[in-house]
Amino acid sequence: MQEADVVKPKKNIGAGRQCTICNQRRAALKRPKTLEQICRECFYVVFEEEIHRVIVDNQLFKPGERIAIGASGGKDSTVLAYVLSELNRRHNYELDLFLLSVDEGITGYRDDSLETVKRNEIQYGLPLKVVSYKELYGWTMDEIVKMIGLKNNCTFCGVFRRQALDRGAALLKVDKLATGHNADDIAETVLLNILRGDIARLSRCTSITTGEDGPIPRCKPFKYTYEKEIVMYAYFKRLDYFSTECIYSPNAYRGFAREFIKDLERIRPSAILDIIKSGEDFRISTSTKMPEQGTCERCGYISSQKWCKACILLEGLNRGLPKLGIGRSRGITTDRSNDMKQSNGIKNIQSKQCGTLDF
Amino acid sequence: MACSTGTCQSGCYKDNNEEEEQVPKREAANGVTPNGNDIDHHHNLCLKCKVNETIAPPSAAGGGVGDGGRFCADCFRGNLFGKFRFAVTANAMISPSDKVLVAFSGGPSSRVALQFVHEMQHKAQKNFDASRDRSLPVFGVGVAFIDENAIYPACSREFDQSIEEMKLIVSNLAPPRKEFHVAPIGSIYSSDFSDGRDRLKELLNAVSDVTGKEDLLLHLRMLSLQKIALENGYTKLVLGSCTSRIACHVIAATVKGQGYSLAADIQYVDARWEIPIVLPLRDCLTQELNMLCCLDRLETVEAINRPCSGINGLVSSFVKLLQEENPSRECTIVRTAGKLTPFHFNRIPETDDGNAHLASQRRQKKFNLKPNESLPPESFCPICHSPLNNCDLPSFSSFEDDQTSAGIFGASCCPSCRFQIVPKEPSSMVQFYSLLPQPIISRAKDGGCGNQRWLREQIQDCLLSDNEDGT
Repeated sequence: MQEADVVKPKKNIGAGRQCTICNQRRAALKRPKTLEQICRECFYVVFEEEIHRVIVDNQLFKPGERIAIGASGGKDSTVLAYVLSELNRRHNYELDLFLLSVDEGITGYRDDSLETVKRNEIQYGLPLKVVSYKELYGWTMDEIVKMIGLKNNCTFCGVFRRQALDRGAALLKVDKLATGHNADDIAETVLLNILRGDIARLSRCTSITTGEDGPIPRCKPFKYTYEKEIVMYAYFKRLDYFSTECIYSPNAYRGFAREFIKDLERIRPSAILDIIKSGEDFRISTSTKMPEQGTCERCGYISSQKWCKACILLEGLNRGLPKLGIGRSRGITTDRSNDMKQSNGIKNIQSKQCGTLDF
Repeated sequence: MACSTGTCQSGCYKDNNEEEEQVPKREAANGVTPNGNDIDHHHNLCLKCKVNETIAPPSAAGGGVGDGGRFCADCFRGNLFGKFRFAVTANAMISPSDKVLVAFSGGPSSRVALQFVHEMQHKAQKNFDASRDRSLPVFGVGVAFIDENAIYPACSREFDQSIEEMKLIVSNLAPPRKEFHVAPIGSIYSSDFSDGRDRLKELLNAVSDVTGKEDLLLHLRMLSLQKIALENGYTKLVLGSCTSRIACHVIAATVKGQGYSLAADIQYVDARWEIPIVLPLRDCLTQELNMLCCLDRLETVEAINRPCSGINGLVSSFVKLLQEENPSRECTIVRTAGKLTPFHFNRIPETDDGNAHLASQRRQKKFNLKPNESLPPESFCPICHSPLNNCDLPSFSSFEDDQTSAGIFGASCCPSCRFQIVPKEPSSMVQFYSLLPQPIISRAKDGGCGNQRWLREQIQDCLLSDNEDGT
């Protein structure tokens, strides 16, 4: 799918047309964001410089910081690792970069993508840390699915991954975690929060840095970077990445909202940025606050309730009551999960691929 | 009307979901079910009166008939009118001294709006006739249709027929008599219609973006309605925008980057215009309005309505898809957007002559109306009239580039209009500017000094002269 997207623009390019930026080389592609016809070299430059500007303008990193890159082996995190290490060298960010992967324990999916991350470790010279569900929680996703079936398994995976990343980041003693969320993801989240009526998340989902009050803040250097351009960059740079869908949610990838965004992009490429701008500009009164944050009495992780969501889910698994903490929550289980109920095989309004490190 | 009596007037629609869950249980427990083994029959009973059959089988409720699967015809009608009346009274939309202009397109939504406003007026008239002291005057109603034949030429015979049908619809309503205004959209220019028609065509041709063209026409339509209202002494403008329509607007505005101004467009009241706009059907679904038109044989004139294209077309098919997947999706979208902070003009302005309306004010349940007077006035985009975000305001550097009035005008528009309506080329910009109707031009000029006037009002008591120069 990704490659088809890249090859398409080539057809429209008239033979011998010059790059509109350098006016020297032949244009090789139509830039998805602006539809400018440019050459490969200029594409690399504008792509990387835009990300550099985002990092500088939003002060994402400070010199000397240790930064973990959430690496799933997919296109977004692979390009992020590549570009960040490149920019770090070029612009002297003075950052210590690390790769951080989560091994959910999904045979035939994560084991393969971890191989990709291990190759990236060598290719980009970034130290890699892998944290696994098995060692953190005592369960692999394979075992969880065996117990609870294919329904709601994404809830477990999503809650566990969020915490696993924080724990991995703590082990690496990093100051910040950078994730590969791209502009399409953020635009989709804005729409989904409108469709769901979640005003609190709507007000926060466009922030480039989140969790600054928590132990390890997260940032999204690709906030304004189009998915298509990331694919294009990976394709032309021949980056080594893994593109298979999670075997437990094969149909989760393309939902209504994602398709809608792709349709919009086709008739107005700026629509993705416009949605993000709308998300930033919404007049939301600051009194719409999230629940107060405390710590989980059991594991010490941040939680608005007595126990964190992961501990509740884990308790359910260990006691053989996997329904605990799923669905309509009451009492100590009122912590809202990031995942919607996803029933397999049915097209959902949400689309995020579950196996990536984006959540 | 079932809803016009008793206790259910306080927006009983809000409890629909609850009712749906609770009623079957209650019925079973009380043994009210008339025929226990006739399951089909039981399921088709109206949830409210529990006597009559529902309009549509409950299974069809998700398939786009809204409350039709739950209520019988009378309760359905009462419920829908209840939503309308609640919106009107809770937001003080119509007061007895008002003269109300209903914007009528011929479609089902505005047809229902017209019908409901009429019913309300009819009832007020009855009360007036019956009351001894005649303290509450009856509000006046007029109907306006904007003729866009100049832009979308239709067969003239068909068009004339549609106009005749509309005239008939309006004149067939029981007294008090309602005036029917038909205005060609070109009349925003001047009284000289044929000249306006050509200029309008040229203006729209100067806009290259399909969506931009459609949106510009929408803004011009609003200007025309305002003009009719202003010239004929109307004090409120009623639009038939329903939940489904507003849900589409929420998504479309988000997609066009109008997140800041969105909150202004989707409230019950929008008083940023000279004649305040009210949306009494904000809580009604389009399926419900269609259903009512069918039930009550309310004639609609469909020939004139066109489907949208471009971004707007994409958005409406997306929302339709979502609504099919989950019948409450449109409500959720509007509810989300309703949580955005409204602007100070999203309420009916208080009038000074409190005595004149004392009788009516007693009856209004005014909530959500929190005056916040200390805020500076907003600056508005001269084209779409949406409030501008401070960070999008034209900077002085952008004025320096282009000191022509066309250039200044372009810079004072909102980013969304700048992108999809205002031409990029300076020469076509000059032409575009020369074709704009007067209200838009003067709005651009007023917008610039609005803030200055507000600042002056703040220090008024310390100023010794009446004008800036101090003379």
